[in-house]
Amino acid sequence: MSDNGQTPFEKLVIDGVTIELARAGEGPTLLFLHSVDGIDPSARWFELLAERFHVIAPWHPGFGHSELPPEFRSVDDLALFYLELARELEIAEATLVGVSFGGWLAAEIAVRSTAPFARLALVDPLGIKIGDRESRDIADIYAMSQEELTAHAYHDPSRRSRDYSTMSERERLAIARSREAYTYFGWRPYMHDPSLRRWLRRIRIPTLVAWGASDRIATPEYGRAYAAAIPDARFELIDGAGHYPHIEQPDRLAELVLEHAGLDAPLPTAG
Amino acid sequence: MDVYHFSEQPYDEAWSAAEEVDSLRVTLPNRLCDPRGAADVINRRLDEWVLCDELGINVMVNEHHSTATCLSASATIPLAMLARETKRARLLALGFPIANRAEPIRLAEEIAYIDVVSRGRLEIGFVKGAPYEISPANSNPVKITERFWDTHDLILKALTTQDGPFNWESEWHHFRQVNIWPRPYQEPRPEVWVTGGSMATALSVAERGHRFATILGGWNAQKLFDGYRARRLELGHPFPGPDRFGYLVLLGIGRTEEEGHRRLHEVAGYFRTTSIVGEPFVNPPGYMPARANAEWLKRNQLRGRAGDHFPAMTRDGRVLKIGSGFGSGEGVSAADFTDAAIGFTGTPDQVYEQIVALDDHVGGIGNLLLMAHGGAMSHADACDNLTLFATEVLPRLRERDQSEAVARAQERVEAARVASAA
Repeated sequence: MSDNGQTPFEKLVIDGVTIELARAGEGPTLLFLHSVDGIDPSARWFELLAERFHVIAPWHPGFGHSELPPEFRSVDDLALFYLELARELEIAEATLVGVSFGGWLAAEIAVRSTAPFARLALVDPLGIKIGDRESRDIADIYAMSQEELTAHAYHDPSRRSRDYSTMSERERLAIARSREAYTYFGWRPYMHDPSLRRWLRRIRIPTLVAWGASDRIATPEYGRAYAAAIPDARFELIDGAGHYPHIEQPDRLAELVLEHAGLDAPLPTAG
Repeated sequence: MDVYHFSEQPYDEAWSAAEEVDSLRVTLPNRLCDPRGAADVINRRLDEWVLCDELGINVMVNEHHSTATCLSASATIPLAMLARETKRARLLALGFPIANRAEPIRLAEEIAYIDVVSRGRLEIGFVKGAPYEISPANSNPVKITERFWDTHDLILKALTTQDGPFNWESEWHHFRQVNIWPRPYQEPRPEVWVTGGSMATALSVAERGHRFATILGGWNAQKLFDGYRARRLELGHPFPGPDRFGYLVLLGIGRTEEEGHRRLHEVAGYFRTTSIVGEPFVNPPGYMPARANAEWLKRNQLRGRAGDHFPAMTRDGRVLKIGSGFGSGEGVSAADFTDAAIGFTGTPDQVYEQIVALDDHVGGIGNLLLMAHGGAMSHADACDNLTLFATEVLPRLRERDQSEAVARAQERVEAARVASAA
């Protein structure tokens, strides 16, 4: 994003809610649901997916510069919103991909309806409780310093140094709004929906659960339990990645998603 | 002018541990709290409030959670004890962090009980609560202001409804049969106070006509009080008198100037410790508006930084580094505290003059809130601090005519209205 007012995002009104989204590429539709980090259409993961898919990547209501309707209180509302979005954009036979919080959302959508989707890929999704009441399945990011948080979230924390001072006002506000919305939806119960694990069995489309081997926000063990709750889900570990494999291992993740979608042709080499 | 005494009931024995764990709040393990030491702290502070009752000074308590800076985890508990142990003093809770309290009806019941036991001496204060209170309560930091006002409305309705149960199904609270027993002693309810440091809060409080108090707000209080006054006039109410305003300040008074300054520096242990908070707890997302957080990002500041509290400023605009942890504030002189109007100190005559200067500036303070104990100050010093104030300063404050200060405030507010209308 730049300061000249141009952004790679278009505005769209879905069910009365004004959101921003990025659309790119041609091919079968892929609906990408982002993590708290948002959407960067210039990132390699986005470009790789847009090589083979028609990628639709909306900013969730409340995140980035998308509107948060006052009556939206939980991920339930976001899930139903996305089913409305799928209806209005006539999404069909699509691949639904979600990372982290977006993975949680994708699971919430899929337990309600998989009608618009042919397959699902969950990448380090949050959203379920597996341990006992005194075990914290998901690291408490609100009790960590920024340095600790980066160490938990990345295989190689040095990759993640951002200079916020050089960003545009718009971009900084998008980050602040995203963090606020993430907190709003994830504060309590902490980053999960107590009912979700019970209903994951309703997901009857081919599902890939991909997990960063170095994820310490939610560990691969949590990921295996997630996959085990979804009928016939395939679990794949991604080496060299933490909680955000799309950032740390975009090629491997794209390869897995393409394979999952039956699009096995070779990818362009990393540039 | 009414005077209140306030102490956070700090447990200073654990303060040195903060150098290792980097936080006196939220994460400081309570093995560092020796219950025998805590018993001494709490009983001495309660004794000081009982002394206040004899001296003609009112009582103010507060609450914080999971912290060695304040052992009072519920403002109603000390007030419930003091309701029986005192006879005359007004009993002020300033306040209840109602956006973090899960059970507003329970709080309304406790408020009514204390008001009844004390035969109408309770004053209730509502506070947004500091950001590091979010984690101990596990309350969502997002939409905290909306939750605050909804909870406020519910509690006041519970306190004032006398004709049977009412229904409350709001965004934040769900009760179908609200009907508290006993009901408050005072009709229609105890006075309500709200603290604030921003104009937005001052205006919200003005709209409801509550008492508005600034906590260590310094000279900026004039602007906030004037904003409150203007809003009252705008809404067609009479010009608000001094009783609508509270101002909290540190007190160190002595028989000699030196003794007063020593006491002020002891009370100021509050400043040296209150902002020692682990980085993640200083500014949870949503506590501040997103635009304010975007400004923090501009400085590459993602989380909080201890010491961002209390950017105290002198009347001539000099910024004092008072609240940034151990060692900080030590270079701040007694005169600096006075120049910033956050600490009154010296001999009784000097303290009186300092109060008068502030009172004139802000247009009449009806309620002077004194932190006459803080930090590691001894019980003996706290008692003497209070006694000297009560015998040497309080009588003069009682006699003080605030009408000129109020008249000047009125002229100032009227002139600003004319200017903005033009």
